[in-house]
Amino acid sequence: MGDLRSLSVSQQTGLLFVALFGLLMLVSVATFVRGLREDGRQRLAEQAAFTRELRAVWVGAVLFWTAWVSGALGSTLLFGAVSFLALREFVTLTHTRRGDHRSLLLAFFVVLPLQYVIVATRRFDLFTVFIPVYVFLTIPVISALANDPQQFLERNAKIQWGIMVCVYGTSHAPALLLLNPPDYEGRGAFLVLYVVIVVAVAQITQKLAGRRLRRRPVARAISRSFSWRGWFIGAAAAGLAGALLFWATPFKPVPALLMGFVAGGSGTLGEFVMKALKRDAGVRSWGGKSSVTGAVGLLDRVAPLCFAAPVFFHAVRWYFGI
Amino acid sequence: MKLPEFAGLVLAALARLITGAQGRWHGSPPKAEQRIYFANHQSHFDWVLIWATLPRDLRSRTRPIAARDYWTATPLKRWITQEIFNAVYVSRHRQPGGDAPPAGEDEDPLEPLMQALRGGDSLVIFPEGTRGHAEEPAAFKAGLYHLAQAFPDVQLIPAWIDNVQRVMPKGEVLPVPILCSVTFGAPVALRPGEDRQAFLVRAREAVLALRSVR
Repeated sequence: MGDLRSLSVSQQTGLLFVALFGLLMLVSVATFVRGLREDGRQRLAEQAAFTRELRAVWVGAVLFWTAWVSGALGSTLLFGAVSFLALREFVTLTHTRRGDHRSLLLAFFVVLPLQYVIVATRRFDLFTVFIPVYVFLTIPVISALANDPQQFLERNAKIQWGIMVCVYGTSHAPALLLLNPPDYEGRGAFLVLYVVIVVAVAQITQKLAGRRLRRRPVARAISRSFSWRGWFIGAAAAGLAGALLFWATPFKPVPALLMGFVAGGSGTLGEFVMKALKRDAGVRSWGGKSSVTGAVGLLDRVAPLCFAAPVFFHAVRWYFGI
Repeated sequence: MKLPEFAGLVLAALARLITGAQGRWHGSPPKAEQRIYFANHQSHFDWVLIWATLPRDLRSRTRPIAARDYWTATPLKRWITQEIFNAVYVSRHRQPGGDAPPAGEDEDPLEPLMQALRGGDSLVIFPEGTRGHAEEPAAFKAGLYHLAQAFPDVQLIPAWIDNVQRVMPKGEVLPVPILCSVTFGAPVALRPGEDRQAFLVRAREAVLALRSVR
């Protein structure tokens, strides 16, 4: 591990990507081979679900590779675009009324760009409070001005949630890229990758554990596969993966393990919460209505990260006192 | 590339960014045949959406209908409708696709449409005549029937525009990004001896049926 620390930044990053894509390739090939001999409807459905999960990880990996290659400005723009597309999908699938029009315009064309400008200029204190404080208070004002009291609180909550998940959560990925902890300049890509990997590990492990364990689900009406033990196994695996990656991070092994546990655990909890939101909107997967609206299920891909990235980001800031 | 053509491409890209502009062809492939597309009408954005979902080659020969008094009022409006969209202008006091003219009136309001069709162009019309804000489209005006009668060889393609009223409700200027789709159905032809009312009801039902196509 000491040898790895002595490599240059770009060599380390390159190695990380080689390992990541190699691992994904292995898993994909293994899944494909298994798919050849699977039969039975139940198995096939599980197989399909797993393949979808795997594809999400692939998309994420490619996205972060692109972000790393394109530098600070490029990655901010990239994640801004992801935010935009995710929010578009979120709004499409929730029921908004005519009175929400101005609030939605504000969310898309003012809040979203501003948040990313704040990230790009590294004003992290403002970045942290801009949406939870200022936007949170502005949106209801704009909504109230639209003169429609029907389901006022509910409609506002939906817009707030959309902004929180799709803009605030997602914007933490470029924020990690630009954070620059002491003695760790220019290596933000590692932090982002660290989060992505631990979240992916947590998700996959939880899924596999859920299949093996067959525990009684905690909230049957929301998810048939979520159980506390499955969640714990997933988060623990994420912690382990995090500890193994400590050489690429500014942390020592034990903090790296804790960080991995926290980030992975919140990622899978985020997935769980998004499932509840989906049930509320009446769709099984955010991409389920794709034949009608063209929604591609991007939200499914970013949701776990939207929970993990902010938690991890603030944990890092506290850890270093910056 | 000339400026109007470029502006058209930018506009189509914007429509795609904001709404996804997903075209779904169920029953009629996108082909360079002469056609009349007829659709439900809920927003000013409807035309742009249909236009953006069409393949690029078809766009230049597919024309909207624009009210002359409004869309030629300023040079910009005239430029947009004439240069980018190549719109067919009709006089406002008789709505496009509206009722047949009473006897004795000078110009048949459908005449500009007929002229465009004789020239081989395709048209997009909204036979409700005006933008509705109800869930279901209003009853269709007779114009569609007259066009079907006069041009039996032109295909009549029903289209259902989904979700667009949320993008730009009546009275708003800026669109909110929300995914929309346009579903095109199988051609509806005027049956021999079919009565006007029966045909209009059937055409409206063909549009409505596309709503539930998954």
